[in-house]
Amino acid sequence: MGNFDRSMSLAGEPPKALNTGQKLAVLVGMTGMGILILQLFNLNLGNSALWLTISIVAIFTGIIWFSQAAYAHKHKGIKNDGVWFKSISSRGVLAWMGGIALTGFYIVLYFYPQYLGLVKDGDNTGLIALFDPLSKGLSGNPASQWFVYGTMYTVAILAFGAKFIWKYRHNKYEQLRTVSVMFFQTAFAFFIPEIMARLNGDLPYYDLKNMWPLNYYNFERYRINGFIDSGSVGMTMLFFGIISIFVISPFLTYKYGKRWYCSWVCGCGGLAETAGDSFRQLSDKSKFAWKVERWVVHSVVVFVTLMTTAVIYSYLGNDTSKYWLTKTVFISGVAVILTAVFAWVMIYKREELAKDAKYGAIGYFTIIAVLIGMHFFSDSANIFIFKAETLRTTYSFLIGSIFSGVIGTGFYPILGNRVWCRFGCPMAAMLGFQQRMFSKFRITTNGGQCISCGNCSTYCEMGIDVRAYAQKGENIVRSSCVGCGICSAVCPRGVLKLENGPEKGRINSQDVLLGNDVDLMDLVNKK
Amino acid sequence: MDHIVIIGNGISGVTLARHIRKLSDKRITIISAESDYFFSRTALMYVYMGHMKFEHTQPYENWFWKKNRIDLVNGFVEKVETDSKSLLLKDGSAISYDKLIIATGSIPNKFGWPGQDLKGVQGLYSKQDLEMLEKNAPNKKVCNRAVIVGGGLIGIEMAEMLRSREIPVTFLVREKSFWNGVLPAGESAMINEHILEHHIDLQLDTNLEKIISDENGRAKAVVTDKGETIECNVVGLTAGVTPNIDFLKDSGIELGRGVKVNRFLETNVKDVFAIGDCAEQHEGIGSRRPIEAVWYTGRMMGEALAQTICGNPREYNPGHWFNSAKFLDVEYQTYGWVFSEHSKKNNEHHFHWRHAYEKICITVAFDKDSHQFLGINTFGIRMRHEIFDQWLTENKDIDHVMTYLKDANFDPEFYKLYEDEIVAKYNTDFNKNISAKKKSWKRIFSIA
Repeated sequence: MGNFDRSMSLAGEPPKALNTGQKLAVLVGMTGMGILILQLFNLNLGNSALWLTISIVAIFTGIIWFSQAAYAHKHKGIKNDGVWFKSISSRGVLAWMGGIALTGFYIVLYFYPQYLGLVKDGDNTGLIALFDPLSKGLSGNPASQWFVYGTMYTVAILAFGAKFIWKYRHNKYEQLRTVSVMFFQTAFAFFIPEIMARLNGDLPYYDLKNMWPLNYYNFERYRINGFIDSGSVGMTMLFFGIISIFVISPFLTYKYGKRWYCSWVCGCGGLAETAGDSFRQLSDKSKFAWKVERWVVHSVVVFVTLMTTAVIYSYLGNDTSKYWLTKTVFISGVAVILTAVFAWVMIYKREELAKDAKYGAIGYFTIIAVLIGMHFFSDSANIFIFKAETLRTTYSFLIGSIFSGVIGTGFYPILGNRVWCRFGCPMAAMLGFQQRMFSKFRITTNGGQCISCGNCSTYCEMGIDVRAYAQKGENIVRSSCVGCGICSAVCPRGVLKLENGPEKGRINSQDVLLGNDVDLMDLVNKK
Repeated sequence: MDHIVIIGNGISGVTLARHIRKLSDKRITIISAESDYFFSRTALMYVYMGHMKFEHTQPYENWFWKKNRIDLVNGFVEKVETDSKSLLLKDGSAISYDKLIIATGSIPNKFGWPGQDLKGVQGLYSKQDLEMLEKNAPNKKVCNRAVIVGGGLIGIEMAEMLRSREIPVTFLVREKSFWNGVLPAGESAMINEHILEHHIDLQLDTNLEKIISDENGRAKAVVTDKGETIECNVVGLTAGVTPNIDFLKDSGIELGRGVKVNRFLETNVKDVFAIGDCAEQHEGIGSRRPIEAVWYTGRMMGEALAQTICGNPREYNPGHWFNSAKFLDVEYQTYGWVFSEHSKKNNEHHFHWRHAYEKICITVAFDKDSHQFLGINTFGIRMRHEIFDQWLTENKDIDHVMTYLKDANFDPEFYKLYEDEIVAKYNTDFNKNISAKKKSWKRIFSIA
């Protein structure tokens, strides 16, 4: 397509043109954004509480009105008309402008918060000052750049969540998981930590649903001290942080696949599924991208494991009489756990791993070698020649800021909405590993009904070529699948179903699709 | 080494090529004039609607063909010379073969309507048809109205496409109710309602008389057999398809409506085969038609013939019939045979359930004497292929189907389930006392 000019009309062709309702909604929403932008220039509007309220109400109203104008008059069903004609959702000018604006915002947010109006010792100005009344009302503290970001993030998930629910009003699965991410964002990421800060000032900010390694800083010295100093509440939170890694998360992933986290709970996933929904079709489906994904995301896992081990190692002591957890105990413990996981996989799950087993082994032995090296060639301040702190800041800069924020979200309109989750998130990689090896979750392919149309692959935000499996009659069991359910929703032939069933026969590869009546035993015996 | 030449790069030809490659090292060439690479024909509509770009309809990346040593030739075969085993292409080149497979698909039917070759009159089958529609009907300003002639699956898809750009559509359907040669009355009636809901001007029991030209040789209106003249810019001819075999006329290959083949998909000429839409069985297999222009049968023929060509002769032996489609927002699946009132035999009885207000319904066909389950049509509920396939193989009766219907449900999680309501209606209709059994993973997966 696109070899000939369709029309010179500036009005745009259906279905990409906005209707009147949508245009007015954009005006209202942009007015809300405009108030925030004016604040950036430190324009003193007076009464911050009022203007903030007006701004947020306008943004909400704009987005919800827009959704109403887009979907209310249509029948329930798939609403992808014109996705590839609209500039914003097909890498057009609007998409690039949006991407650059978002990326710029993230750079300022992470590295130059003073331009947002953050004042270290004194009253905030500009945009951040606008949020002071809300922050003081919740936690008693003045706003920070993170509070501004957290508030906007929550507003985005709630407003675009409502849009998504409207768009998928025929699909209960989509609605429920969206309500779930809206809830977890609002309660766990936004309100609870603020309120806890008010109740107990020593507690580190803790979004309970955010577990290591996504929350890579959870076991840093200042946080551990904060937890310990806060008595039983703090200890409970620390304990929860640990069991969520080793017990809660493996159990839920076994039962439901990693979707319980990535599409139902996670804040990054929450934003991707709501505000990022318009960009899911932009993910790269090529085999090359899949290769890059596996190398990059697993490297991040190795990095975060080593970094966290090094950071904890650096503040532990050597004297067993003072505290049982010494450097030696800790590092041996890490090695034992890793070895147990590695041995278990190699013994029981070799086949699932297939040719990736080699890479897994290389990764495992590298980590072990580094751990041993760490113990013998490091002193209390340095890990090899690096300071543990340097490792941590490097990770925090490269992965925590650049990858998850600037690229992960800033590039939504160009690379798709799950770039971070797919290429960078160590949590997703670990859950994914388990999903592939040890879980009841799969996407079942319905016999021979696939017509290879490609809607599933196109709308897979994780860049999985779903069709490649479906057209062979194979179930989809992929570590990267976040279980958003959109492939199943957009399938025009009812071929795909996300479900949790027995592990046996979960991965089925078939020589001949259902439909051709062959003597299957005959076929098997000939091989 | 045998040179296998396949004319046509649709689902049948490509499936054949892939399976031959799996089974052997033979040299494989695929010739197509339609597109460089295989794409999914059924997905063309989504390109016009903006759901996908054309490249998304291609199931394999472009490197796939070279890697699997499948040579692709972009060319149009004008002549087949079976004596010298060679093909003549439009550009003058020749290709010789050891085995030839004709997989050229179909072309839209034209029934000799006056004006059927005017500009703005087109079918919807090939990539070129899609490109033409993009020119003929880019938006509602260029195309004030389109008239679609022929009430089948392609017709309703074309209507959906045009409506996505808010182009007014008149839909002329010969039958008294949409697709009622295939669908039982209740289902057909439901789809009629759904078509109207989408603001499509559905004119049932109406035939095209002629298409009127403007001064530039473009269609400007159609006249129906009701005497009505409907002004329009585009006329979609979607009254079925016919095998695309014109180039074989003097080849000595036996032709009927399609290329005549036996159960091994062999033609009357040695080393020449035909598969997919263009193949015509001497006699229909079971209740199937001699020509099956369906995605799945094309694929199955490709699978079967690959075995034969690689020295493991196998008949084309399709199992239980299945098919699927989507009528605007309503998904349709069918397993086994459910015939419409027009074509069903006396022994076939139906149980029909329809939701009070949603566009959801099912029809189950069974033998009135033995109560054997014959088939099911489902609209707006997804069902499991494997389960019905097994029930059909095991000749289960309809009571069994009703009892275990929950196992067959394939709707996404958390969807509202209707099996209890369905079974209650069944009990009332047939004076039975069946209670639907809880869904069992054990039963579901003992099958696969």
